Amino acid sequence: MARDDEDGPIEAAAGRGKAPIEPEDRIEELLAARQEFLQVFKRGAEFTEELMRENERLRYRVAELEKNISGVEAANRSFADRYVEIEQENNNLLNIYVATYQLHSTLDYDEVLRAITEVTLNFIGAEIFTVTAVESTPRGGWEPKLLVAEGLDWGTAQEVPVSPIAHEVIETGVPHFVSELEGVDADLSSPVVCVPLKIKELTIGVLSIYKFLRQKKRLASVDHELFTLLAGHAATAIFAAKLYTDSKRKLTTIQGFIDLVTSSSTSE
Amino acid sequence: MAEYTALVVEDSPTMRQLIVFALKRLPALKVIEADDGVDALKKLQSSKFDILITDINMPIMDGLKLVSLVRKDETHKEIPIIIITTEGAQEDRQRALALGANAYITKPIQAPHVINTVKQLLKL
Repeated sequence: MARDDEDGPIEAAAGRGKAPIEPEDRIEELLAARQEFLQVFKRGAEFTEELMRENERLRYRVAELEKNISGVEAANRSFADRYVEIEQENNNLLNIYVATYQLHSTLDYDEVLRAITEVTLNFIGAEIFTVTAVESTPRGGWEPKLLVAEGLDWGTAQEVPVSPIAHEVIETGVPHFVSELEGVDADLSSPVVCVPLKIKELTIGVLSIYKFLRQKKRLASVDHELFTLLAGHAATAIFAAKLYTDSKRKLTTIQGFIDLVTSSSTSE
Repeated sequence: MAEYTALVVEDSPTMRQLIVFALKRLPALKVIEADDGVDALKKLQSSKFDILITDINMPIMDGLKLVSLVRKDETHKEIPIIIITTEGAQEDRQRALALGANAYITKPIQAPHVINTVKQLLKL
């Protein structure tokens, strides 16, 4: 126990000549300081724990966001793919719309044939092709009549007999396609594509493609849609134009006859 | 409001309509049509165009002759020219580009390809 007349280190620190601090007070002071320190430490510990919890929450949030970002990225990719698909579909529809419009914009027989030629050449990319009508014979059979020859002269085209493939297409009404176009040489006895021109179940003609343009490597989905369109609409357009031309010719003949009769009766 | 004018030169009405419909997707572009090279030259003399799109195989005057004449014309010698043709051989492409064409597109065309080429050349 420290004596009363001796200066301890506390008194020394407090300075001489000042009233000495009682040890009990000092102990209380230290205890209070210890308590305060413990409080601060406890608050620090709590704060650290809170920070750790917050850190954990943030980690979880980051993981969640990363998951969401990958989801958004996947959605973006899906949208981009869909956009490309829609663009392609728009392009296809544009081709089909223009082709249909051109096929049905006239009743002139030659213009209809020109529209079929242009669609087959420019939209499908065929280089050598023919369009042959199928005309019924009195004995119940049919005979071919060449309507269009593109990429080969008319004389040569007329001499080409109906190929077995075209014959089968006319008989069955089922189109014929080859899958690979690259490196295929034109063979007039074997078309690479042969499409029946049909009005409902009646085949009135056939489109035979013997060669495609060199840049045309394969048939795209739009080509198949254009073939389907040609199969139906080209046949209807040809048929309607032929009927119109025939009726117009008959009308002219009848009108001429009426004029002749009228003028004869007037002169008498 | 159209800021640019395009001249589409194509003898096939079907093909011309397809190109015109494709270009309608560019609101900044007004499209004028011509049947062949001679018709195109007449229109070029009477108006100012920002881009020329032409076929090669046409009656009266073909696309290559048109390109060479346009490149000599004071008003339109700098005009961007796009060739759209069935001629897919490399030598045809090189000949057209050597004459002054800026782009060469082979048929059958894809509308987005034509649109993108026009946008690129007009910096739209």
